[in-house]
Amino acid sequence: MGAQKKGGGARVSEDAVEQSRQRLQAILLADSFATKFRPVTLERPKVLLPIVNVPMIDYTLAWLESAGIEEVFVFCCAHSMQVIEYLEKSEWYSHPNLLVRTIESHKSISAGDALRYMYEQQTETSQIQGDFVLVSGDTVSNMPLADLIKEHRERKKKDEKAIMTMVIKQSKSSPLTHQSRLGTDQLFIAVDPLTKQLLHYEEDKVDHPSGSVCLEKSLLDTNPSVLVCNDMQDCYIDICSPEVLSLFEDNFDYQHLRRHFVKGVLVDDIMGYKIFTHEIHSSYAGRIDNFRSYDTVSKDIIQRWTYPYVPDINFSGNRPLKLGRQGIYRASDVVQSRSADVGASTVIGYGTKIGNGDKISNSVIGNGCSIGSNVVIEGSYIWNNVTIEDGCEIRNAIVCDGVKIRAGAVLQPGVVLSFNVVVGRDFVVPAYSKVSLLQQPTTEDSDEELEYADSSSGTADHLSGLNLQMESKASELGPDGAGYIWEACEGAHDEEWKHSVAPIPKDKLFEITQAIDDDDTDDESVVPTSGELKSDADSINTDVNDPNDDYYYFEKEVEGTVLRAVEENIKVDLVTLEINGLRLSYNMESADCAGATFYSMIKLAVDTPHNSASELYKNAASIITKWKELLGFYVKKIDEQIEVIMKFEEMCQESPKELGPLFTQILHLLYDKDVLQEDAVLRWAEEKAGADEADKVYLKQCETFIQWLKEASEEEDEDDEDEEDD
Amino acid sequence: MPDVQSTVVEFVNKLRKRKIEGSQATAKCTVELLRSVISHQRVPHANQAAALIDAVKAVGEQLVAANPVELAVGNVVRRVLHIIREEDLSLTTAAMGGLDLLDASDDDDVDNCKGIGYPAMSAAVVAAAARSTLRPPSLQTLLEGTPESATVPYTSSSGADSESKSKSADKSSLTRKLKHDVIEGVNQLIHEIAGCHEQIAEQAIEHIHQNEVILTLGSSRTVLEFMCAAKEKKRSFRVFVAEGAPRYQGHLLAKELVARGLQTTVITDSAVFAMISRVNMVIIGAHAVMANGGVIGPVGVNMAALAAQKHAVPFVVLAGSHKLCPLYPHNPEVLLNELRSPSELLDFGEFSDCLDFGAGSGSIQVVNPTFDYVPPNLVSLFITDTGGHNPSYMYRLIADYYSADDLVM
Repeated sequence: MGAQKKGGGARVSEDAVEQSRQRLQAILLADSFATKFRPVTLERPKVLLPIVNVPMIDYTLAWLESAGIEEVFVFCCAHSMQVIEYLEKSEWYSHPNLLVRTIESHKSISAGDALRYMYEQQTETSQIQGDFVLVSGDTVSNMPLADLIKEHRERKKKDEKAIMTMVIKQSKSSPLTHQSRLGTDQLFIAVDPLTKQLLHYEEDKVDHPSGSVCLEKSLLDTNPSVLVCNDMQDCYIDICSPEVLSLFEDNFDYQHLRRHFVKGVLVDDIMGYKIFTHEIHSSYAGRIDNFRSYDTVSKDIIQRWTYPYVPDINFSGNRPLKLGRQGIYRASDVVQSRSADVGASTVIGYGTKIGNGDKISNSVIGNGCSIGSNVVIEGSYIWNNVTIEDGCEIRNAIVCDGVKIRAGAVLQPGVVLSFNVVVGRDFVVPAYSKVSLLQQPTTEDSDEELEYADSSSGTADHLSGLNLQMESKASELGPDGAGYIWEACEGAHDEEWKHSVAPIPKDKLFEITQAIDDDDTDDESVVPTSGELKSDADSINTDVNDPNDDYYYFEKEVEGTVLRAVEENIKVDLVTLEINGLRLSYNMESADCAGATFYSMIKLAVDTPHNSASELYKNAASIITKWKELLGFYVKKIDEQIEVIMKFEEMCQESPKELGPLFTQILHLLYDKDVLQEDAVLRWAEEKAGADEADKVYLKQCETFIQWLKEASEEEDEDDEDEEDD
Repeated sequence: MPDVQSTVVEFVNKLRKRKIEGSQATAKCTVELLRSVISHQRVPHANQAAALIDAVKAVGEQLVAANPVELAVGNVVRRVLHIIREEDLSLTTAAMGGLDLLDASDDDDVDNCKGIGYPAMSAAVVAAAARSTLRPPSLQTLLEGTPESATVPYTSSSGADSESKSKSADKSSLTRKLKHDVIEGVNQLIHEIAGCHEQIAEQAIEHIHQNEVILTLGSSRTVLEFMCAAKEKKRSFRVFVAEGAPRYQGHLLAKELVARGLQTTVITDSAVFAMISRVNMVIIGAHAVMANGGVIGPVGVNMAALAAQKHAVPFVVLAGSHKLCPLYPHNPEVLLNELRSPSELLDFGEFSDCLDFGAGSGSIQVVNPTFDYVPPNLVSLFITDTGGHNPSYMYRLIADYYSADDLVM
């Protein structure tokens, strides 16, 4: 209670004290800014959803408190009233060691917005005084934070630019689905093994569906060693310095913590901010991001990985359950029939009645439920005050508060029943369907939408794909049922099984296995081995010998331009202008222009119908004569002229029958038309002199021409000398 | 009072989060907390003892519920309750002696100083007498008895001096007296808990002999002190330390022992049976001792006890008096074990792929119990701060420390 006063009026006088010893603060985002938990989150905020019968936020707060955090700012967005009400009722507001404050903002639609709002508030009230822990309200963890914060502070002292420490944990992702246990996409990170600095961060699906990773070449230049891992799980627990808030303020387009912020910091080398990682080994950390991670984390809690935040310990005012054999947690007042078969890893809450012949395994059943006779419940999560009548079958489903399931109904794997839904007698709810009393929304106008409104383009599509179901759906769940079955939006339907509570069906696994086999063969043929190390930076790739895509397209464009110019008889100036534009947009040099222009001209000549070699020569001659100015514009230097000859030689090699015999003639023509100077031809001859015999074919062909040129130049020289003599 | 309340909540939180480890530390914190509860408790004129008992019980219930596995909390709470009852009783008998001189029919006065309202004075005296005869004449009660009997003349004389004023003066002095005496008693308990290591270690020389081989398991401060005491008395012996997987606290103990100059050998838990034939005595520290003489100790202890029995090696348990629990292990209210996180056994990352991905049936289950129960027939000797005892004597010792009224809280 003393701590609470400190937060209030007495703050000013204690400023000096606090300067010397910074309070440990945390920002808890009580909103996931995602749509994964719909339709449940339409009625209740995600952080208040029970996981093993305790609201998620209690796990997070209990952990923060015991990790030594003294002040938590709970940032409420969607359903903020519910969150605040809950906190008021719970013991968190009167906690002696932990000062819980709530911040409300209805405008924020992403984590970025939330942090910007915090920053604005901060300038007024200076709430965040130093380094803080940034977590989301759906984190279940038992890791110690004090040492990590100390480590972060010390690093910050040494290096001003180290603004964030990210917590990661080893967790193998499935080789089949490229998914972690928590149903998130496979994560690739690159870390400097010595300093633990984060160098690269990439979520598989978002960035590269193919499964290859591109690293910046400069990473390898600046770091002696780089550790690339794909068996890490991002815990979404960050130790941040105050700079993080101002960074969000500066970059108003940052929305997502990882996709935008982390990547932005990694790419941006102007400010030079650095992010470091911290790997935890013995302690647990997991974030409930989707229904699959809800399932996984629940199991981890039951298996006690999260100790001491387990159901038989009263860690946050919850009533502790009693742990029996085989990991069965049972409240003391459970009424259970003798003939009921309660299997391993099951949790049964207070005041729940279990009827005759029930079979329950791997499930969590909340408080005040009544379960009839001969009910089968497997791998499901039944929340509070649920009524299940005789003979129902429930497999891998989530059933929210107040649901009634009438006799004989069947829930197939992956079903989610939102609050107070009634499933009719003998009705079979199809797999992966989501049922709610509320209709599927179509627009983003309501307040509740904030829970899942995400400004990224992906979600916009997601929302537009939802269609309003206008017809009355009272009979959708059987004659005496109540609720709407939500239609999965297109595209997301295939993903449904990925994020569902149900285990991945065998046929899907089989499909994926096959797809992977196909992928493997594809990869070998399509991606060259050098592709693994292909650099992102274009500037390095200037070598002409490279099979350069850019050059190919450039050549095509130039060819098109020249063709059009010839057909429409456009002025030379305009064509030059156009080619110059292309040159700039493709970042080419003028030698490339010369090569490409000449190439297109000869190509044009070849493409023009002709019967004999002499006819072809005539064509070529006419085109060259006509457009020599264009060519001449680019061949002012000797190098460029050599480029043209080389290009020509290349073309002749490609079509030796047609063009081959004409090589000398056209070369001579070019010389005559002053496109090429004799120096260029001679230099070319010199360069070629050392080449292989195969390359010398055309050199030999025009030997006489070169000889003649040489003699001519000697004569000229003599003339010059003569003149000098005079 | 709010201060006390907040410290109670803080302590409850620590217990819940399992932040305090070891029964001695827990016992110490508990008894200090209870002392402050008592000193801050306003005592009404009527039924002072009952008020104190209620206050302590209320706090005690919270503490026990916070961590039912840590039996030391409940033990200490019961000890404090017992102290209150004892002090109250002795004051009552003392006042009785004084009141004989006063108006014998003044029921009001009598009721004030009694914990449980006896219908008549004679009945109270009889009950008190019955209690003292029921109790075995242990050394402690005899020692405690002397100063209290000395207080009798004081109260009686003050009462005799001024009969008319005596009632009010009596009341206030009695009030203060009770609280003062109780706090005095609690201080003694604190002292006792703090000093239990030395008390036990003093007896080391009688149990450890020259050139013996001692086996221990896990880590216990009491065991450490015990062995060091023997070492200081120039006994030369060898210690085998079973490492105590999965927390490997035996490693810490081994380090400490080596630092104090003892010949130490570390073995795995699974090698205990192989080594036991060379061992002269097994000495372990207990987490709690139950009323039937059974022992709750670190996991693996039962195995060591069975091995010792097989080879007829004495199995000695060291336990401070705060570890004596008045409950029986078959009591369903007693939580004997706690399952900790499997991360102490397995690396989460290494096994994450076979934990539960895909099909739910083929996943790993990991159980990591903290404690083990050793039945009384496997224990040869208990060494407490009051000396060595047989397992069958435990109930007697417990009757010394606890009131029967407090067994069920």
